[in-house]
Amino acid sequence: MAIFSVYVVNKAGGLIYQLDSYAPRAEAEKTFSYPLDLLLKLHDERVLVAFGQRDGIRVGHAVLAINGMDVNGKYTADGKEVLEYLGNPANYPVSIRFGRPRLTSNEKLMLASMFHSLFAIGSQLSPEQGSSGIEMLETDTFKLHCFQTLTGIKFVVLADPRQAGIDSLLRKIYEIYSDFALKNPFYSLEMPIRCELFDQNLKLALEVAEKAGTFGPGS
Amino acid sequence: MTVHNLYLFDRNGVCLHYSEWHRKKQAGIPKEEEYKLMYGMLFSIRSFVSKMSPLDMKDGFLAFQTSRYKLHYYETPTGIKVVMNTDLGVGSIRDVLHHIYSALYVELVVKNPLCPLGQTVQSELFRSRLDSYIRSLPFFSTRAG
Repeated sequence: MAIFSVYVVNKAGGLIYQLDSYAPRAEAEKTFSYPLDLLLKLHDERVLVAFGQRDGIRVGHAVLAINGMDVNGKYTADGKEVLEYLGNPANYPVSIRFGRPRLTSNEKLMLASMFHSLFAIGSQLSPEQGSSGIEMLETDTFKLHCFQTLTGIKFVVLADPRQAGIDSLLRKIYEIYSDFALKNPFYSLEMPIRCELFDQNLKLALEVAEKAGTFGPGS
Repeated sequence: MTVHNLYLFDRNGVCLHYSEWHRKKQAGIPKEEEYKLMYGMLFSIRSFVSKMSPLDMKDGFLAFQTSRYKLHYYETPTGIKVVMNTDLGVGSIRDVLHHIYSALYVELVVKNPLCPLGQTVQSELFRSRLDSYIRSLPFFSTRAG
């Protein structure tokens, strides 16, 4: 059971807080000799596997590290282009770590505002009167829970599909937001939340919810 | 429990079929626009979900719910999308949506040489079979007749 991440979106659709609490990593490291038997391509400033799924390396996975050194987008740690580096037979044998690409902060901003619009469309396409937007979105790997306050702020929690007790966690996060962000005189409304107490209390609430929710009805 | 409506899209976003049973509110836009909005929303949700997922996904997006309804989604490898809106009391109905695809769409539309693919389904047989199948579902109507 796990809670993967928390997003706070302001009423205009801007991301004002994001926390990744736990992400199970599906990573595979393998040593390759010269003609690389995977097809790599550049996509969104990342080097992704386009063809040649095997040994836990799947299409869509990104190159995360080369010879134990983390890759920085499409560049290696010492500033060379990954594709160029891997195209040079002199650099082999090489050990490459593949995994799901991590979200950059720009992508997180984009996804948050994307959810803001999906939320609104979900309520417009409702077959019933007076529907809210998306409150829970279910996939086979995670569930997204969203709570919108009366003032329009959305709290979004990504959790394991079997994790229970998310509704009370969302209200708890609202409480923490009210107590430690809104009551902080240095916090300006609608702006990114940078409050230490908010951080600490949120992490504490996530820990409590993860433990408490394990034996809930959903698990 | 009740079924509100059902959309069937092909992989290009053409609405192949639409029917509704207990729908209280219309979207307030022409039907054609509504299909496009629905398809656009699902398209975005699919890409949203594949980016957000912490793990590699198999089936991907399954369903979402708001305070008043639940949208169930099923997609075949060929990109046919079956979307059904029900009320909140309905659990997972993947098998129902799969049945609509495999036993109704494939049997009565794909295997019918008189039904051109990639446009709205005109087959009266498909419509009536679909309607009677939906009406026979255990969760079809326990609230309103």
